[in-house]
Amino acid sequence: MHFTYLITGGNFTHAGHASSQVKRILKQLNVNPVTIKRIVVALYEAEVNVVAHAYRGNIDVDIEPERVLVLITDEGPGIADIELAMKEGYSTASPKVREMGFGAGMGLSNMKKNSDKLIIQSQVGQGTHVELTTFLTQ
Amino acid sequence: MRIKDILTIIDGTVACGNNRMNDEVETGFASDLMSDVLTLQTNNLVLITGLANVQTIRTAEVADISHIILARNKKASPELLALASENNQVIIECPYSMFKTCGLLYNAGLKAIY
Ligand SMILES: Nc1ncnc2c1ncn2[C@@H]1O[C@H](COP(=O)(O)OP(=O)(O)OP(=O)(O)O)[C@@H](O)[C@H]1O
Ligand SMILES: [Mg+2]
Repeated sequence: MHFTYLITGGNFTHAGHASSQVKRILKQLNVNPVTIKRIVVALYEAEVNVVAHAYRGNIDVDIEPERVLVLITDEGPGIADIELAMKEGYSTASPKVREMGFGAGMGLSNMKKNSDKLIIQSQVGQGTHVELTTFLTQ
Repeated sequence: MRIKDILTIIDGTVACGNNRMNDEVETGFASDLMSDVLTLQTNNLVLITGLANVQTIRTAEVADISHIILARNKKASPELLALASENNQVIIECPYSMFKTCGLLYNAGLKAIY
């Protein structure tokens, strides 16, 4: 099964909308609640990152019996030093983003904790591509 | 601790989720940082926050949190309430500071996560 969603950078009113839809779909598919929470928390962090740090993006969700693959691709400033960005506490979030309750610098490490495989690729001045894989076996 | 007992303890008012007053919660967590909330693995907790926006509700939804206390006399906006009722979440408005709200609930036996 395949689903796609658009994300608008800077628009917090819709931030989390796609994650919420994906949660509903996974529930309907009877995926176990602990796995659902991991997938959706990781996706939500990625979705909010596009809203908070990039201009626009899209989400591709591919669900197969043995795994869920989520791709989040954005057009934005990109990440110059991914290793540094992964560090808990590192954040370049704007005051506006902090007012919304984000900008603790926890998102990327939280995505790592809540996925079985995390790949981040980024090109400064162009954008960022995130791949989250979660296995459904068990 | 039942939600209706929480209301009495913190002089709270229900803004959404009147049908869930007999729900029980065991633990509480207080934060204004949404990424903090997203790191929790505990189930059945009540979130105490001073951040009353739609993002609070989305974050709670993603983190499987159904019970939210808005401290610091924050009022839920119509957009916040619309989303919370769509998610069947309970929203309680409380007139006290975060410190007092947490203190009252802790004193009454609500457990901390860590
Ligand atoms: N999609 C993105 N585009 C550009 N920069 C990004 C993107 N995602 C993350 N970053 C950069 O990496 C940093 C760390 O991201 P991370 O998600 O860990 O923290 P945060 O978004 O700043 O705060 P939090 O996620 O705790 O609310 C960001 O502050 C930003 O500088
Ligand atoms: Mg983030």
